[in-house]
Amino acid sequence: MKEEFYITNIDGIYILIFSLLIGIEIIKNVPAILHTPLMSGANAISGIILIGGIIQILSLENTDYFNMICSSLAILLATINVAGGFFVTHRMLSMFAPKNK
Amino acid sequence: METVINSAYLYAAVSFILGLKFMGTPSKAKRGNFIAAIGMIAAIVATVLIITKMPSKTANIVFLVSALLIGTIIGKQMSNKVEMTGMPQLVSLFNALGGISAFIISLNEVFINIYEPTNNIFKLVVVSGIILGGASFTGSIVAYYKLSGKFTKPKSRVIKRAAKMLFVTLFILSVDLLLLNNSTWEYGSIIVLIAIGSLIYGVLFSLPIGGADMPVLISLLNAVTGVATIFSGIVFQNPIMVMGGVLVGATGVFLTIQMCKAMNRSLKNVLFGSSQTVRIDDHESAIEIQQTSSVELSSILAFSKNVAIIPGYGMAVSQAQQTCYELHKKLIAKGVNVNYIIHPVAGRMPGHMNVLLAEANIDYKYIKEMDEVNDVMERFDVALIIGANDVVNPLAEDDPDSVIYGMPIIKAYKAKHVVVMKRGMSKGYSGIRNTLFEKTNCKIFFGDANDSLQKIIDELKAI
Repeated sequence: MKEEFYITNIDGIYILIFSLLIGIEIIKNVPAILHTPLMSGANAISGIILIGGIIQILSLENTDYFNMICSSLAILLATINVAGGFFVTHRMLSMFAPKNK
Repeated sequence: METVINSAYLYAAVSFILGLKFMGTPSKAKRGNFIAAIGMIAAIVATVLIITKMPSKTANIVFLVSALLIGTIIGKQMSNKVEMTGMPQLVSLFNALGGISAFIISLNEVFINIYEPTNNIFKLVVVSGIILGGASFTGSIVAYYKLSGKFTKPKSRVIKRAAKMLFVTLFILSVDLLLLNNSTWEYGSIIVLIAIGSLIYGVLFSLPIGGADMPVLISLLNAVTGVATIFSGIVFQNPIMVMGGVLVGATGVFLTIQMCKAMNRSLKNVLFGSSQTVRIDDHESAIEIQQTSSVELSSILAFSKNVAIIPGYGMAVSQAQQTCYELHKKLIAKGVNVNYIIHPVAGRMPGHMNVLLAEANIDYKYIKEMDEVNDVMERFDVALIIGANDVVNPLAEDDPDSVIYGMPIIKAYKAKHVVVMKRGMSKGYSGIRNTLFEKTNCKIFFGDANDSLQKIIDELKAI
């Protein structure tokens, strides 16, 4: 089932390098006032690890409860990271919104 | 189905990039966060869709969906509850969760496939994921406790040495693993040893890093989690994980470098440097300071034209941001110009002070960065320093022997009057005296920042 999004090594290297360059380029000019939201937003994106957990849990035998519990624990924790990260960034950025007097 | 999944991943990749891009502009930042979040949801939903290919996996789906739901609810709760002053702790905590998730997933992947033949690339990648995930987890937990003020700085010499030894051990174990032909028993136990070692390493790595260096540590741990995600992405041959991991890693590294620059220290110096060599100051007794009262201070403020407020960690501690805004409004009403000057490393994480001021509803148009105003500092009649110390210490410019020499500071001393609000004569994080306090134009107002500001507001009402 992994074949579906199989990426070849060379694809992988391209992805790695290009996203690195893009990453550097887009955050280069972030002003200091947005450093915290940027960090917590990026932090939320790092919860993308949960995709790995999903692939893992779906590849397990449906009787392999021990590994299923491990994977779902990992998914649970990563989901907290993702959801919490985006919500808290949203809360923060709502405060940054220009004030109408 | 493949097409759906792949398009969703493509969509997610584009939205992460656009999201981060928008997050760099104050007016678009909120939309950026939203775009990134939608991208994330798309990626998750698409991945769950793999199930349509596989029959009779009800149990897996039950586990998966409940984990997703419970996680979302807990995450939402945590983000709603947090005080803005507690933001650094929360970010570290979330980072710890990402780290341990990478750790568990990589470790689990090893044991699921333990009877299958592996190649060295797989081993290397999966072990890197375990080490970085584990170290990021415990490192962030230590950072969390430090930020909550539950740990003080322990003897760092011993810890640093132990950390070095452990690092070498981990390296040897990893090499050992590569040389190993698949003897399952040995393979598994070495992986477990490495896993335990990485958890301990995270603790040893974070422990000796002190309070004011926290912004660097948090950014770095963030980057580490990102890199751990890259390795997991390679294990699962999943492009969006690699991409997301790289973006996070880049952001983390960028912020780490920015923070180091703001302190004029190298990353190596922050992480491994010995701030132990602080000289004991013998000037202690010679310090002569002038105190001020709320009456005097409020009249100085009321008759000024330009006031600069320089906040620091002390403001976060006493939760003075709301009161500060009250004062701000009072002064504006009296025709005084108020600006905030924020040092890049003020507080405990990048941009910490900005978040506090935003919470208090202070519009960011009043907020200046250090470089914008340092050259025109003279035009400020009053520089009001609330709970900042090292970032305004002129020793950084005057004394080549000082530990903070070379660190860019806010040149508060150039203002006509300098007023420092602090609790007592305790030193800043770096443990050195602050020559600003001895200047003739500097007055000190002792007391809790919040109470002090309140007193001034009360006095201003009378004027």
